[in-house]
Amino acid sequence: MKLTGAQALIKSLEMQEVEVLFGLPGGAILPVYDPIIDSPIRHILVRHEQGAGHMAEGYAQVTGRPGVAMVTSGPAATNIVTPLCNAYMDSTPIVVITGQVASTAIGTDAFQECDTTGITMPVTKHNWLITDAQDIPRVVKEAFHVATTGRPGPVLVDLPKDVANAPMDWYWPDIVDLPGYKPTTRGHPRMIREAARLIGESHRPVIYAGGGILKAHAAEALRELVDMTGIPVVTTLMARGAFPDSHELCLGMPGMHGNYTAVTSMQKCDLLIALGSRFDDRVTGKVSAFAPDAKIIHVDIDPAELNKVKRPDVPIVGDCRLVIEEINKAIRDQGGTEAQPDRSAWIDQLRTWQKQYPLHYEQPETGNTLKPQFALERLRDNAPDDTILVAGVGQHQMWSSQYWRFEEPYTWVNSGGLGTMGFAVPAAVGAKVGQPGKTVWAVDGDGCFQMTAQELVTAATERIPIKVAILNNAYLGMVRQWQELFYEERYSEVYLSPHLPDYKMWAEAMGCEGMRVESPEEVDAAIDKANGIDDRPVVIDFRVDYREKVYPMVPAGGSNDDIILDPSQGEGGR
Amino acid sequence: MPAPARHHTLSVLVENKAGVLMRVAGLFARRGFNIYSLAVAPTDDERFSRITIVLDVESAPLEQVTKQLFKLIPVVKISELDPSSAVERELMLATIKAEPAARGQVIELVNVFEGTIVDVGHDEITVMLAGRPDKLDDFEDLMRTYEIVELQRTGRVALPKLERQAPRLRSVKGA
Ligand SMILES: Cc1ncc(C[n+]2csc(CCOP(=O)(O)OP(=O)(O)O)c2C)c(N)n1
Ligand SMILES: [Mg+2]
Repeated sequence: MKLTGAQALIKSLEMQEVEVLFGLPGGAILPVYDPIIDSPIRHILVRHEQGAGHMAEGYAQVTGRPGVAMVTSGPAATNIVTPLCNAYMDSTPIVVITGQVASTAIGTDAFQECDTTGITMPVTKHNWLITDAQDIPRVVKEAFHVATTGRPGPVLVDLPKDVANAPMDWYWPDIVDLPGYKPTTRGHPRMIREAARLIGESHRPVIYAGGGILKAHAAEALRELVDMTGIPVVTTLMARGAFPDSHELCLGMPGMHGNYTAVTSMQKCDLLIALGSRFDDRVTGKVSAFAPDAKIIHVDIDPAELNKVKRPDVPIVGDCRLVIEEINKAIRDQGGTEAQPDRSAWIDQLRTWQKQYPLHYEQPETGNTLKPQFALERLRDNAPDDTILVAGVGQHQMWSSQYWRFEEPYTWVNSGGLGTMGFAVPAAVGAKVGQPGKTVWAVDGDGCFQMTAQELVTAATERIPIKVAILNNAYLGMVRQWQELFYEERYSEVYLSPHLPDYKMWAEAMGCEGMRVESPEEVDAAIDKANGIDDRPVVIDFRVDYREKVYPMVPAGGSNDDIILDPSQGEGGR
Repeated sequence: MPAPARHHTLSVLVENKAGVLMRVAGLFARRGFNIYSLAVAPTDDERFSRITIVLDVESAPLEQVTKQLFKLIPVVKISELDPSSAVERELMLATIKAEPAARGQVIELVNVFEGTIVDVGHDEITVMLAGRPDKLDDFEDLMRTYEIVELQRTGRVALPKLERQAPRLRSVKGA
């Protein structure tokens, strides 16, 4: 069968069972937009290519399937670099297809030419520049394979316009042949036995669960490990939902804005079981002072993560689910629950910390101040059970992770590694497209919202009814917090204004329901109303107290032992 | 330029595809690994090329370098060649000032080092020298007395030393 390169590309995406493309056309990708008309694949027309990339990420994070974005060359390709980098840092599988000027024009500074594969090389797991239409099916198959296997990540396929127009003989490859790419998925049996042995000997163990648990679909295996051994779990920012917050052994989020118990459990443990986590500086604080007494078991599918930051006593390269299942088996072989030591003193200690230093904020008795944490608590308590929460980047993101109750995997979407302001709205759109049956709430900052709000036009047009709660503190709040604490309250370029823009009117102009909430009494009614709307997006502008800060906090570069609590909590507080 | 005291040679077999060298070089740059020298050439199998990288080991732990390199999709195999267990060679071309009076001495030294004179000019000669990198260093030092006009070295290439016990080539070619 003779096809054009463009037709072959779309057909290849169909072969990969792609159901939706997020994109925006232009000169170099024009040929590929023609066969889209005849394809069952849904195309969602974004208002900015950054939105297409984050939508693909949101879609991938809640479905486990790769998100696909398609944009033209030059400025469109550079617009999608941020989402590529974001997906690279958070190991999210997305496939980005870019148009390129004709191969004969490459290197001539042609109109809208840019070195897309060169620019994106450091922020993709791999990328391809196709020079022969006959290669298209093979490259597409390779691209999806690389994006979704091993440590997942973004890939990019750059397609010159003449190649898209060239004829090719259709085929679909049965196998992927990449001699340099063979991820290890099975853990080493000796290391697995060793891990089980260390676990059986530890008196103060903690599981440090990372995003790899979700990537590997290992939540059930983790649950089994915990139920068998009684070992408590911290869930990192990327792993919220990988272990239910309601479980008595869930300690919640560790790290710079983690809760006291989660942070301190890692500092005091004698065994740290790192599962799909990468010892990020936002978790470890000062590395030399991190978990000083702990032996370390580190499981990761990416060998380069082992011994990158901390030298593990037991390094295991492999897929988290397969490895945890093997560890569970080894623990059973070594006597199972009965053979575990008595850890009640450790658990009691953790319970004491939890009682002594819970997450805390002061709700003034009088006045009408709306605290951002209060708005979040009400949002949480009124949300349907399997609601997906998406966050931007800043204070509101940390409060979201802290105050929400995550019970299920894949119900939390955020930008962890890169910290990309503007992530929330488009990522929420992608999440809602991937899980249309679930309620999707985006909690966004006023600063973040202004970066990508136009994707609400996309959402309104395409009838993707997401809900957005802006925690409007009129500031680049997180930066303000650092200036207050570490720059002697010298506020430099962080003020935004609460009412410019008018978020309610802006939302309405974009085809959304817009609301404004200024006092605690109005909160529930607005949330109820928002939850009841299902035919268009909703935006609530919560006018929250700008003075509120995120606590606890470990100052950047400081030791986790120097954690600062909410000032009202006395000792350690500022 | 003498080699740093702590160098390590990586022999990296890569798929012979466009942009591979940029991927490798880019990785080194962004992870802050310092390359001391680098040589690339096709292998006997046209699907693959071999990149020989001499690394400044002080700049990064070798383990991280190899693990990060291996994450590049076109990288097929990496062999770490410890200087004590590898055969390393390098090629040098040097144009030396050789006035008639000094020419005899220069030629004599070239012969001692088993070099070849590949071009002769009015008062200069161009010499080719292949050998162990430290031998090239010595020659370079000696030639400074006569003034080096231009000098080009290839960067080293290396293969593992052969097993003494069982006389067979330890293959560094994978796939
Ligand atoms: C694209 C981008 N630019 C700058 C930053 C630095 N930054 C981190 S948080 C933050 C403030 C975010 O403000 P807002 O969205 O209002 O959230 P808040 O902290 O007030 O909740 C800034 C500027 C960033 N993370 N991303
Ligand atoms: Mg703000």
